[in-house]
Parts: sequence; C-alpha cells; structure tokens
Amino acid sequence: MTKDECKQVVLNIIADIAPDEDLSNVKPDVRLRDQLQLDSMDFLDIVMELRKRHGIEVPEADYMQLASLDSCAEYLTPKFNALAGKS
Amino acid sequence: MAYDWLKGAADEYDVIVIGSGLGGLTGANYLAKAGHKVLLLEHHYQFGGLATWFTRKGGHIFDISLHGFPSGMIKSCRKYWTKEIADSIVQLKDIRFVNPQMDVWTTFTREDYTRVLVEQFKLDPAVVEKFYDHLRSMNFYDNNPETTGQMFERFFPGRPDVHRLLMEPITYANGSTPEDPAITYGIVFSNFMGAGVYTFRGGSDLLIKKMVAELTKNGVEVRKKVLVEKILVEERDGRKVACGIVANNGRVIRAKAVLSNANIKNTVFRLAGAEHFPADYVAAAEAVRINTSSCQVYFGIRKGESIPHIGDLVFTSAAPHYSSEELVNFHTTSRTFSVYYPDTRPGSDRYTVVVSLNGRYPDWKNLGDEEYARHKQRLIEESLAALEKFIPDVRGKIDWMEAATPRTIEYYTTHLNGTSFGTKFEGLKVSMDLPEKLPGLYHAGSVGIIMSGWLGTINYGVITANKIDKALFELKRLNPVATEFQSGQPGHRPA
Ligand SMILES: Cc1cc2nc3c(=O)[nH]c(=O)nc-3n(C[C@H](O)[C@H](O)[C@H](O)COP(=O)(O)OP(=O)(O)OC[C@H]3O[C@@H](n4cnc5c(N)ncnc54)[C@H](O)[C@@H]3O)c2cc1C
Repeated sequence: MTKDECKQVVLNIIADIAPDEDLSNVKPDVRLRDQLQLDSMDFLDIVMELRKRHGIEVPEADYMQLASLDSCAEYLTPKFNALAGKS
Repeated sequence: MAYDWLKGAADEYDVIVIGSGLGGLTGANYLAKAGHKVLLLEHHYQFGGLATWFTRKGGHIFDISLHGFPSGMIKSCRKYWTKEIADSIVQLKDIRFVNPQMDVWTTFTREDYTRVLVEQFKLDPAVVEKFYDHLRSMNFYDNNPETTGQMFERFFPGRPDVHRLLMEPITYANGSTPEDPAITYGIVFSNFMGAGVYTFRGGSDLLIKKMVAELTKNGVEVRKKVLVEKILVEERDGRKVACGIVANNGRVIRAKAVLSNANIKNTVFRLAGAEHFPADYVAAAEAVRINTSSCQVYFGIRKGESIPHIGDLVFTSAAPHYSSEELVNFHTTSRTFSVYYPDTRPGSDRYTVVVSLNGRYPDWKNLGDEEYARHKQRLIEESLAALEKFIPDVRGKIDWMEAATPRTIEYYTTHLNGTSFGTKFEGLKVSMDLPEKLPGLYHAGSVGIIMSGWLGTINYGVITANKIDKALFELKRLNPVATEFQSGQPGHRPA
C-alpha cells in the first residue's frame, strides 16, 4: 500500500462517520480537527473502524499519530504493509 | 413454575451486557455491529433504565428523564444508532429561571445566554467570552484542583446571582455543586452551551422502542425481567477473570467479556464481590461518593383540557440564594417544571407536567409506610401550589397526580441509594480501571458526573465498547484456532 492509498482509507472512514463533512479539500498537513468538525468520539470511531475493517490496532498512546492525514499515512502505512506481508 | 425469561438463550456469548440504560443499550449495539454475539439482560419489565416512561389511566404518558439534553445527541445518535432516531431530535426553545434573584427567559444557546449575561446581568462581554473559552479548553486529564465555585468567583467575583444562573441548571442536570471539580462543570456546560437544549420528538417510549428494534436487527439477544445476581469469576493461569453471569434463577451464562451498566459500586461490591479485587482498588471504590437522587411529581392534564405555554423547562425556587444544601433538602423549594405540550408526541393532544426536585436517599429510606405516603402527598401539594403561580387554574385541569422518590429510583434500577446521576468525579477512574483489576469485566453508565446524562452515557457506552472490542480482537489474534478470524481475509471479521 502507498501512502496515498492509506490516506484514502482514512478519508473513506471519515466519510462514513461524519457524513456531513465536505472532504474534497482536506489538507494533508493540517490537523484534521482544525479543518473538520471532529471530536474525540470521532477519533475513537476512526480507531474502531481501522480495527474492524482492516485489522489494525492503534494503542491509546498512539492516538495523536492520527492528527493529520500525513501523520496517519506515516503511522499506518507500515502497519498495513506488515499485515499484507503476513497473509 | 415461574416463566423462564432466559428460555432459548444460548449458554455462551462473546459479551453479556448487564442493564439496558442508554450506556448498556449503546454499548450492546456498538459491539453487535462490530460482529460480536451479544446478550443484553435487564431486570425491569421495560428497557431503557432511567430513560423511561410510564402510562396511567386517562391516557397519560409520563417521561422521567426527557427534560433535555445537548445537541451532541444528534451526532451520537446518528453514529451509534440510526439516522431516523437522530432526525427526531428537536430543540426546546424556552428555558426559564424564576427565583428571588432573577427572572430569565432564554434559549440557552451561546448567543442568547450571552445576551442575558450582558444585558440583564450587566457583565462585560469580553469576560463572558473568556469564560466560555476557558470552559471549552478544559480537559479531564488536566488534574486541575480548582472547584466550580472557585472558578465562578475568579471570573465573576462577588456575583452570587450570576453563580446561581450558571450553576442551578447543571445541578439539576447531573447533581454537581460548586464544591465539585470545575472540569465536571466545564464539560457539561460546554455541551449545552453550543446550540441549546434538545429533546426527542415522540417521547422516551418511541426512542427506546426504536433502539430495541435496532438492537434486535443487529442480532443482539435482548431479555427483560432477568436480574443478574452475580458476575461469574474464575481463575485462569493464576489470575482471576470475569467470564459470565449468574442470573437470579441460577442459570449460568458464559461470555468472553461482561459489560455492566449497573452503578459502578453495585458492580464492584454486589455483582462481582470485593474479594476479587486488590485491596487498594477496593479502598478506592469504597471511597467513591454516590451522587444525589431525585424526587418527581407527575401531573396529567385531563383529555380535552389545555394549558398555556409557560416555557419548556422552568427552573424555579423560593430560596433567596443558591445553596447546594437547599437544593437537596427534604423541604426544598427548588424545583424544575418540564412541561410536555402535545407536540412532544405528534398526533397527540395531551399535556403533562413533570416536576423534578433533587433529593437525598437517606432522608426517605427510613420512613414508615404512613409517613412515606404523607411526604409524597406533601411533595404533590407543594409542587401544585408552585405550579399555580404560573397556571392559576391548573388544579381543576389535572386528573392524575403522583410522586416518585429516591426509593422509587432504587426500586426500578437497583442503583445504590437510588442515585440519579451515578457518582461524584472520583468514580470515573474506578470505572475506567475496572478491566485492569478484573480482566473481562467492564463498566459503562452514569459515573463521575461527566459521563452522565443521556449524551454522557451513550458516549461512555461507546468508549467502553471500543475497549471490549479491542480485547476481543486481541483474544482472537492470540488464539486464532479457536476462532474463524484467520480463515478469512486479514481484518475481515465473522459477521
Ligand atoms: C429524574 C431524572 C431526570 C433526568 N433528566 C435527564 C435529562 O433531562 N437529560 C439527561 O440527559 N439526563 C437526565 N437524567 C440522567 C439520565 O437519565 C441518566 O444519566 C442516564 O439515562 C443513565 O443511563 P445509564 O446508562 O447510566 O443507565 P441507567 O439508566 O441507570 O440504567 C441502568 C440499567 O441497569 C439495570 N440493572 C442494574 N443492575 C442490574 C442487574 N443486576 N441485572 C439486570 N439489570 C440491572 C437497571 O434496571 C437499569 O435499567 C435524569 C435522571 C433522573 C433520575
């Protein structure tokens, strides 16, 4: 998986948990919270969906790695690739 | 032989949820949607816990805790329940405060509340904005020792009238007082102060009916009239774990995780048992203070009669000043009228008035039958007299009156001391630490002041369900043979 694909995975999740948000102009280097109406419950939902849809676990101590799309990609892409390597 | 309310239930589930309050219902729904096999058990003959209602002769339907909740409910209901449920949430626009210090009429939105504080209470708008911003910036892990009262004094020194306007509605909403940590105020006030006060159109009965239908659709096995007597605890590899429940008919049902929606103290001391926890945790749990309880008086307006619009939520008191002691006093004059007009249940032409008072369980617990009945009658009379100040001819229009007390709440929920709002702040840590102290056991429900109310308990149900899902995920990862998990795609979970 590429980093861009990883960002798309995260955007797909956000599209489902925050259906009213316009995601066409999300800036990858800006905190998601600063450009979208996302609260701490929404981030919990993102963590839950990553686990449910993709089998990826984000420990609580790492929640801040999900702050922006760029940081999501940095943090999650290796996890996705490790999983893909295993199966 | 008595009917077996567990008839047909399986002997093992992924998760058993004890209690069908909003925290239990939401947790169960979240876990079922995540693919787990869930059993939900409720001791009462109705689901919903305190989110409840009752019907009476004359066609009356009385709602217990539908006075109002923050707009955040719309988002939470849409995410964790259905769009249909979220779409029935509507704003209550007329909130009033009538006491010797003020007569305020507001929508309780940030904009309108600022208007009141600036125009009526003559405060500097810049200070008001700073106050809001401060509340919004608070985090519960900040460990700030400041109390709500100290915070009020810091922003609005020497203004007991302002303190009262700020505090009183929140005391009704969650039992907190100026002596509690400021964070308990900040979170709840900020939640309301965004967009005002909301209600569920259709009434508590419709909401719970829709939630239970959704749970059933998502595969949750729901059973009422089943009191869980004990949580099953066994030793595995030298460690105690919670692994199921014992129902009141003696039936044992096993589960990988148990989510208790009972009060945290009930959960630790009655359901699990102190003997299963480390001593320091037991001490911490013992030290948790139970929150206050409530009394209510229900007035049903006779079919065909109507009453004028006096506001949706009317906070009233004859007390000269705010006093947290007066608010819970056995003879308090502080009460909130929730007026339910016909549009509460579209298609209905009925009115009811529900009067809420804060109360203390110890004041009611030891009354003999006769005295108990007499004091209930006193509550009704005093509430009626107070209501007549707003609707002078209301007495003749009422054809049902009834009172509930902390004993009523205890009876229907089994909560320790009939608590209305869980525990004081320190209960939150005890609740969150529970699965660490007894693996397999989790708590979600009104606790720690901030996790209470409809919105707080729904969100806490999700937070805890997320922890359970994570633990079950780990379990499957460590023990793949026992599950179908690894037979499919990675991350593709059995439905
Ligand atoms: C009078 C009053 C007015 C309120 N008004 C409002 C309001 O206007 N707005 C608002 O947001 N909040 C209000 N609240 C608070 C709100 O109703 C509660 O915080 C919330 O509903 C509690 O949900 P919960 O998940 O903690 O569970 P609860 O509603 O407390 O339910 C717990 C459930 O667990 C069941 N249970 C317990 N032990 C067992 C057992 N051993 N076996 C089986 N079942 C068990 C109980 O029977 C109960 O059904 C009010 C509360 C009261 C009392």
